Amino acid sequence: MNIVIVGLNHRTASVDIRERLSISDSNMGDALYRLTSDPIIDEGLILSTCNRVEVCAVVKDTHLGFEVIKNFLATSNPSLTLEAITPSLYIYSSSKAIEHLFRVASSLDSMIVGEPQILGQLKDAFDHAILHKTTGIILNKAFKKAISVAKRVRTETKIAESAVSISFAAVELAKKIFGKLNEKSVLLIGAGEMAELAARHFVGNGVESIAIANRSYERAVALAKTFNGEPIKFDDFESEMVKSDIILCSAGAPHYLITPEAVKKIIALRQNRPIFFIDISVPRNIDPKINDLDNVFLYDIDDLQHSVETNIESRKKEAFKAEEIITEEIISFVKWFKSLDAVPMIVALKGRAESIRQAEMEKMINKLGDLTDVQKQALESLTASIVNKLLHSPLTVLKKEVYSTNGNMILETTRKLFDLEALLDTPETEKKKT
Amino acid sequence: MTNILFFKATLLFYFLGTALFMLNLWDNRKEQPETRQTPWPQKFAIVATAAGFLCHTVALGIRLKEGGYVPLTNLQETVSFFSWAMVIAFFWVEIKYQLYILGSFILPLAFLSLISVAALHNEAAPLNPTLINAWFGIHTILSVLGIVAFSIAFIAGIIYLIQDRFLKSKQLTTLYSRLPSLDMLDQWNRQAILFGFPLLTLGIISGALWSQYTMGTLWGKNNSKQALSLGIWFFYLLVLHGRINIGWRAKKAARLAIIGFIGVIFIFVTLA
Repeated sequence: MNIVIVGLNHRTASVDIRERLSISDSNMGDALYRLTSDPIIDEGLILSTCNRVEVCAVVKDTHLGFEVIKNFLATSNPSLTLEAITPSLYIYSSSKAIEHLFRVASSLDSMIVGEPQILGQLKDAFDHAILHKTTGIILNKAFKKAISVAKRVRTETKIAESAVSISFAAVELAKKIFGKLNEKSVLLIGAGEMAELAARHFVGNGVESIAIANRSYERAVALAKTFNGEPIKFDDFESEMVKSDIILCSAGAPHYLITPEAVKKIIALRQNRPIFFIDISVPRNIDPKINDLDNVFLYDIDDLQHSVETNIESRKKEAFKAEEIITEEIISFVKWFKSLDAVPMIVALKGRAESIRQAEMEKMINKLGDLTDVQKQALESLTASIVNKLLHSPLTVLKKEVYSTNGNMILETTRKLFDLEALLDTPETEKKKT
Repeated sequence: MTNILFFKATLLFYFLGTALFMLNLWDNRKEQPETRQTPWPQKFAIVATAAGFLCHTVALGIRLKEGGYVPLTNLQETVSFFSWAMVIAFFWVEIKYQLYILGSFILPLAFLSLISVAALHNEAAPLNPTLINAWFGIHTILSVLGIVAFSIAFIAGIIYLIQDRFLKSKQLTTLYSRLPSLDMLDQWNRQAILFGFPLLTLGIISGALWSQYTMGTLWGKNNSKQALSLGIWFFYLLVLHGRINIGWRAKKAARLAIIGFIGVIFIFVTLA
């Protein structure tokens, strides 16, 4: 039994593959059932956002589990093959998987470190899995823990401030170019989490209108609703640029979408009205050469980060703090997770019974006073046989059922029934929560 | 004689103001909006400028009273009036927008123009009687005020290019944060030229009328000053037309305002 993650994100996969693998909310139920229908998978959960698709599962066998999940992903869209997606996939198991999960939840793995949307998306994914009953004791615990770790990281470090301050920096720059923003219009090309966050800041600063172009028109419409904006077809973004003063690009394309030639034409059509480009795509989607054109200002994510007051040193410090919190939490989780293994559980259970038997024996021998060796032997074998008989059934069930679907439940129950926390060396905090 | 004393005091105060404004410009301390504390160089710069302006006004007043005519008959008088009007423009901008950083650009121009003619400053030379004429007075006042407006457009253009450079090179320094937005600078540029152009137009018309009145001809045949003034007038007409109809705004407008001002100064200096 092991916990595994197979996935891809904005760093490992092109937007094209990410989009084809992404699973909409309405299809999530079917996907979860399909994933967990394989007998090797005990528990499963799928996190699908603009920037990542991750399958987190509890599997009976780590290697078989990886293969099953890879196949599940490859067959989720007819236009994909296993060969096509394999180079983009990363795989993690046991404590590495937990670490990855915690880092994703804490937004340390995000395109913009510290952006707050990912936690909400993770909660949604968890809710879906719970709704369709595809998670069990391990993933429930892991995701609850991931959410609490993310909250800890957010309150105890300044990681989240960085993402907010990037949006803030973009707004401040726009104000230095345009003065007041209330007659200005914003165009989002690509509607990722960071774009949404930045757009919210611009709306908060009173921009007049917002247009959203996204490859998935559905998502553009959904986001447009929240901002009272106008969704547009992705292919129409160039003509929309003429009307837009601030252009926020997070399309995640593998090449430049916006070229100097195109911008030259737009500036002419705009009669030299300045235009502010913000490129938050990694890799960049706007040719940096456009910054050389008159009345065009281009800032990419690094530029914005540099313009933010907090210096690099302090940012590193905060990231380090976050990593420390995560390491700490992994240790405590892994201890709990290991306790669910049958072997240490059996050892602990036997040990517990044996220590009780020994203690009671000693008490009795002291009470009865002088006993012959034969008498002592008889007492010894009597108590031993009682303990063995009593433990026989639980131990058999543990050995046999641990790899069944209810296995983890049985382990957890055993742990609670016989109060094995201390023997399994699980920290106090874990005891209180379970 | 007293007006010379006041004039010297004016120079001294403007010099002080300029120096302090320069110091303020290089003040790297972050402006803290919550404390609303004015940095001391700025405070003293404004005081010095105000003191200079008072002395300047008194000096000009004495001159007006002594001479009994509008003291705009020669280069130093005209420049002195220009400098005085620039300082008024400075206070007007400061009161309206609270952008004290602009003092670092306007005051040096006022000071430099004044000091450059200070050496010429002497007692009123024997006066060409044709210059004591109402049309001539109107002509010079309107023209100088027009030039003041173009100077403001020029300064807005300079600051625009500085700010544009900061934004392009991503050098978001303290100075960057204290300079106004590009849009505001472009607005000033537009407003200043819109304000200056009619003044220049009326200045040229009143100049022609004065010529008609004194020399019997509206347009002197070999009058290069008139021709060049008309050239400048056409230039600013083109700038306005370009802005309204072809979109000559933003950086282009900033460059045009600078070119126009250099032309104005050239004519002013060579032909005055």
